[in-house]
Amino acid sequence: MKPALDWLDHRTGWKKLLHEALFENVPGGARWRYVWGSTLTFCFAIQVVTGLFLWLAYSASAQTAWESVYYIQHEMWGGWFLRGLHHYTAQAMTVLLVLHLMQVVIDGAYKAPREVNFWTGVLLLLLVLALSLTGYLLPWDQKGFWASRVATSIVAITPLVGPALQKLIVGGNDYGHFTLTRFLALHAGFIPGAIIAFIVAHIWLFRRHGLTPKEPRKSSDAPFWPGQVLCDAVACLAVLAAVLFFVVRYHGAELDAPADPSEPFGAARPEWYFLFLFQLLKYFPGGTEFWGAMFIPGLLLAVLCAMPFIGKWKLGHRFNVGFLWAMLAGVALLTWLAVNEDRHNPDYLAAVAAAERDAERVVVLAQSPDGIPQTGAVTLLRNDAFTQGPRLFAANCASCHRFDGGDGLGGTPKGKIGASDLKGFASREWLAGLLDPAQVDGPHYFGGTKFKDDDMAQFVKPEVAGFSAEQKAQLQSVIVAISAEAGLKSQRAPDARDAAIIDQGRRLISTATVRCNDCHQFHVEDKNATAPDLTGYGSREWLVAFITDPAHPRFYGKDNDRMPAFGADKRLSPQEINLVADWLRGDWYEPGAKEGKTK
Amino acid sequence: MAHPPTVPPPPDRRDFLAQAAAVVIGGALALVAPAAGLFVLFDPLRRKAEGGGAVWVASLAALPESGEPRQFPVLATHVDAWNRTPNVRVGAVFLQRLADGGVRAFNASCPHAGCFVGFRADKNCYLCPCHNSTFELDGQVKDRTSPAPRGLDDLPVEIRPGGEIWVRFQNFRPGEKERVPV
Ligand code: FES
Repeated sequence: MKPALDWLDHRTGWKKLLHEALFENVPGGARWRYVWGSTLTFCFAIQVVTGLFLWLAYSASAQTAWESVYYIQHEMWGGWFLRGLHHYTAQAMTVLLVLHLMQVVIDGAYKAPREVNFWTGVLLLLLVLALSLTGYLLPWDQKGFWASRVATSIVAITPLVGPALQKLIVGGNDYGHFTLTRFLALHAGFIPGAIIAFIVAHIWLFRRHGLTPKEPRKSSDAPFWPGQVLCDAVACLAVLAAVLFFVVRYHGAELDAPADPSEPFGAARPEWYFLFLFQLLKYFPGGTEFWGAMFIPGLLLAVLCAMPFIGKWKLGHRFNVGFLWAMLAGVALLTWLAVNEDRHNPDYLAAVAAAERDAERVVVLAQSPDGIPQTGAVTLLRNDAFTQGPRLFAANCASCHRFDGGDGLGGTPKGKIGASDLKGFASREWLAGLLDPAQVDGPHYFGGTKFKDDDMAQFVKPEVAGFSAEQKAQLQSVIVAISAEAGLKSQRAPDARDAAIIDQGRRLISTATVRCNDCHQFHVEDKNATAPDLTGYGSREWLVAFITDPAHPRFYGKDNDRMPAFGADKRLSPQEINLVADWLRGDWYEPGAKEGKTK
Repeated sequence: MAHPPTVPPPPDRRDFLAQAAAVVIGGALALVAPAAGLFVLFDPLRRKAEGGGAVWVASLAALPESGEPRQFPVLATHVDAWNRTPNVRVGAVFLQRLADGGVRAFNASCPHAGCFVGFRADKNCYLCPCHNSTFELDGQVKDRTSPAPRGLDDLPVEIRPGGEIWVRFQNFRPGEKERVPV
């Protein structure tokens, strides 16, 4: 071994290099306050290693970016851990950068002859922030997509070159493949390359001028190895432990639903350490954003870079330290304001809840037997009744109807309830309520409609109220029979079990007791029917046809009460009507269910 | 370099504990990120190829009566990491009518290194355009000097009612004497 090492030393001089590195003098001996630079180098090394491995599985295009990150997070061995490590180490770096900056400014390590080293440090700070800005978009999820759109829109307000600059960064007129290829190249190539170059310069300059000891010195000088190395290692260990805590606690990094430019995202926020800028922007009315987004941050940065010169004056150092504290306090205050405002904003909280719902749902769909189509995972959500049903309902139906008392999305619509509550529509319970004298003209059914005192209520209120026990049993089997027409997923088992009752109910529909066919038609064509067809009542075909045109003779005809013909009037597309119908019928893909998605 | 004037003496034995601790902690720190990465790197090793089910390839009527082989694409569900695409071309086979009324199927992939072989009607044999392996109509290596280690890979064929030809499509590892499914 030794001859080989000597041979190598003769050619490379590595022994001297190592000796210089390890036995660098630490004036006043090892101290904890000198660890920040080393922890940052350590974090950067983690980022390079984890980033390279992530790169092996990442695919930068609008149809594959989210999908590959999903695959890393949910399918690959330990992928969530790798992603989490990368994500939380990035957060740790930001914190450590601030700590390092504080130590340098407070200890006066920026003063001559270390100006250039200080500036390379400030540059490194900016480059690391640029890394996190570019990395935020790469998963191509809703959060990253919308936050990055804000960031690049801010670029566009740069005087003169703004719009061109934005177009260059985005790689075109709109967000897409080139945005991702460019952000990836910046994130994994240009910026890290620059960081490595500046770290080398930074450390070289640091070695050239030596460490700035904090006075008074605690003990005599000591070499870097092993005392300071041990301090640094323990500090790195603490950083890693903190990172691992978050990685395990949150099972890797968050991944929102895939980016969808047609799906507004009220929960869009930048990373927490950019929240102060986000908040600052709120105070600058339209047309003056430049001052908040560029001028003020630029001014602060200019003062930071001027610190070595300011520090030469008598009170300069005090000013610098005071300025730093004031700046940090301002950042902290703005961050707190941003967080606090969000915490009390019901719209934001609802948006976050919806985002979490979508994020969970898309993973369920991606793991379904059909997998992710080549059009990307965003199609999964767009074609999913569970996702789109409530949205369409809230936007189109909830002005009159209710779903479980609300608008389907968990909100409460304004205004009075004007039509039935459709939760469980066509189920046995729902029909039993409709045929309950106490409920038929109540708000859940016809209470808000013009049918309040119409034939149905006229039948249910006096007649059903006076039913004998036997007649009530007959009515119940009719309910079971009509509900079976819907073929609801949730009633598959009871419908199969109650075949005999269904048979009986079908026969009873036209008896003198129940006499549905006085107004409704049921499997036998009836030109004189005045009320909705009970043939296939609540089935997908029935519901789609109903929503398409409720005033069709098959349904309410000219008696229709206010309900728009969503399909006939082209208010909703056929696809949207299908989604609402599927959702109302509780028919969407669920893991573990035997049958696939309804197409 | 402008070093400070006092170069401290090298550490003595009392530093041993500190040295050992620094080495141990440093080693542990260096391990975490690469270890996490290696798991992801090796993930493909645990993924088995899907397929091997019979798929419809062509109808009997499409095969020349003369017994000359013809190439057909194979449509199946293609799984590519996160994407699952039904009904896309996943490979190709040569189908040949046999004298006994049966049908023979070869995977069109060359067993040498995986190029697609072609049928040369003039020489009445299969020829690989990459390194010139030749194969007989029955799939055996024709020219002894061919670099292919084995004959063409035949695939189980089923003729279903209506003259439908169904093939159990599979890929095999190229370059090996024995057939090993991928
Ligand atoms: S690949 Fe066919 S001969 Fe080499």
